[in-house]
Amino acid sequence: MLLQQIINGFAMGSIYALVALGFVLIYKATEVLNFAQGDLMMVGAFVAFTCINYLHIPFLLAVLITIVFMGIFGKLIERVVLRPLVGEHTVAMLMATVGLGMIIRSLSGMIWGYDTYQFQAGISDFPVRLGAVAFSSVNLWIIGITLILITGLYLFFSRTKMGISMEATSQNQLAAYLMGIGVKKVFSNIWALSAIVAAIGGILLTPIQFLNYNMGYIGLRAFPAAVLGGFGSVPGAIVGGIIIGISEALAGVYLPVGFKDIFAYIILIAVLLIRPEGIFGLPERKRV
Amino acid sequence: MRFIQRRSYLQDIQLFKYRSTMIWYMLLILTFLIVPIFIGVYWVSLLCFVVIYSIVALGMNLLTGYTGQVSLGHAAFFAVGSYTSAIMTMSHGISFWLALPISGIFAAILGIFIGLPALRLKGLYLAIATMGFGFIVEEIIARWESVTNGANGMLVQRPRLGPIDFNSDLAFYYLTFIVLIVMIIILKNILRTPTGRALIAIRDSEVAAESMGINLAIYKTASFAISAFYAGIAGALFAHFMLFIGPENFNFIVSINFLVMIIIGGLGSVHGAIFGAIFLTVLPELISLAKDFLPPAIGQQAGLQGLIFGVLLLLFILYEPLGLYGRWLKLKFYFEYFPFYKKDTFRRVRKFTKTERHQ
Repeated sequence: MLLQQIINGFAMGSIYALVALGFVLIYKATEVLNFAQGDLMMVGAFVAFTCINYLHIPFLLAVLITIVFMGIFGKLIERVVLRPLVGEHTVAMLMATVGLGMIIRSLSGMIWGYDTYQFQAGISDFPVRLGAVAFSSVNLWIIGITLILITGLYLFFSRTKMGISMEATSQNQLAAYLMGIGVKKVFSNIWALSAIVAAIGGILLTPIQFLNYNMGYIGLRAFPAAVLGGFGSVPGAIVGGIIIGISEALAGVYLPVGFKDIFAYIILIAVLLIRPEGIFGLPERKRV
Repeated sequence: MRFIQRRSYLQDIQLFKYRSTMIWYMLLILTFLIVPIFIGVYWVSLLCFVVIYSIVALGMNLLTGYTGQVSLGHAAFFAVGSYTSAIMTMSHGISFWLALPISGIFAAILGIFIGLPALRLKGLYLAIATMGFGFIVEEIIARWESVTNGANGMLVQRPRLGPIDFNSDLAFYYLTFIVLIVMIIILKNILRTPTGRALIAIRDSEVAAESMGINLAIYKTASFAISAFYAGIAGALFAHFMLFIGPENFNFIVSINFLVMIIIGGLGSVHGAIFGAIFLTVLPELISLAKDFLPPAIGQQAGLQGLIFGVLLLLFILYEPLGLYGRWLKLKFYFEYFPFYKKDTFRRVRKFTKTERHQ
């Protein structure tokens, strides 16, 4: 029972980790706190759902279409909303993403309706027995795909030229610019990348959760994950997401009803009280 | 065009720059006291909402417009104020006149508990922490049934003061209006004290403010606590105006709406707070009126309000960061200095590579 809950939580945590990863990438590079990340996740899930259920496209091709679509969508958001705000106060950019989230949410409601959908296609669901523990194969899929994705991102950031210029831009924007890195292009690609990661999180989420225009709120729980891991730290986002997922699953079993939904936020406030820099966070310095 | 001769430094922090301004404001207050007598009940109740939201917006504006911090959970303080007053008056029979200030103070104390850990840190942790706090409070209200009556909500009564009964909307409107005036005077006075200057300094540059000896964490927390106090007071008035409160009155959307309100009204001004409150009250009414004229495919969409709010929020952030009040100032400037208005008069100066962290 305990082990089973831990595996369920691990799977949920992997999704939080992906969403958290998405906005840590954006935050590191552009210092924008993206409150629309959960809504990007929702759009990704709905695009894949539309491709599979209405257009009858095979699963893998549908995922590919979703990735391309979300890449363009992310770039579009960056170009239209965030780029005119470069150099503004961070508060303005934060609120722009809040507004963006509202727009995405209401438009999705108009396009896909306000019903809750079940969406299984592509990820096979059968019970797996491991000794005395029984759990759904979906969880294994989620954990496996997340691991592959994270490895891929790690290789992207350490081996490819684009990855390294993203890393450089997030460390020092001006220096990166002077070294001949196209900062605008990097920002645009970061948004595309983070929208794609969020979309994959959304696709993975749908087999274990509902599909609804409001599911972006689940993405908000990735904020505690990012804070727990240390804001701006990529490994922190992953570890934080998994810890949040597992503790939430355990809270659902061992604590009274209602704690499960808000446990992530209780952890968030506890982290801010006890260890505000998070697990992998760096002590902050500021230079005038 | 008017010029003012400065004879002392105190003149710079006077509440009213010109005597005529004061007279105009007095006339405005008088209008808002007299006109409601002659308009219908529907308009009076809308005015009540405007006044209650104005009080929230004043607090939010102190936090966001003057201190540069964002809260995504002000509905939680609004809720705390509502429920504190409702529980005190309905379950324990304490007088509303005692419950009203206590609601505000209780919200402020909670604000200190949430704000202090988040505000010790650089960056936008407050936005994240308050968002979490908002969800926690909503859940507590829904689950703590023995005290809050859970999802069934609570019935609340209008207060009485000796022979005066605030049962009618008009009477209650006068009560809220007086509270609003008091809250505006308090806010205006906070802003002209060294505390207010410190808050503005923090907004403009944390490093510079710290160098001037301002303790960032304490001042930011104070600003947050004051804004929570305003939300708490407004919440208490809201509960006694609505006569019924439930957890759905205080969800995440409400917090976002409060934020939309001050951004569209205008950050960093008292006028902006009031304009924002008017906007937040009137726009949903306009939308529901317009629904009859729009084709059903657009008009009957449930997400229409969210879409319009979101688009307006984005447009104001992109093109008019000072909100409706900024528009008003520009209009005034245009007429006051008639031929001299140029396109670049109010041009914004951008601060590039203004980073909050250094690695």
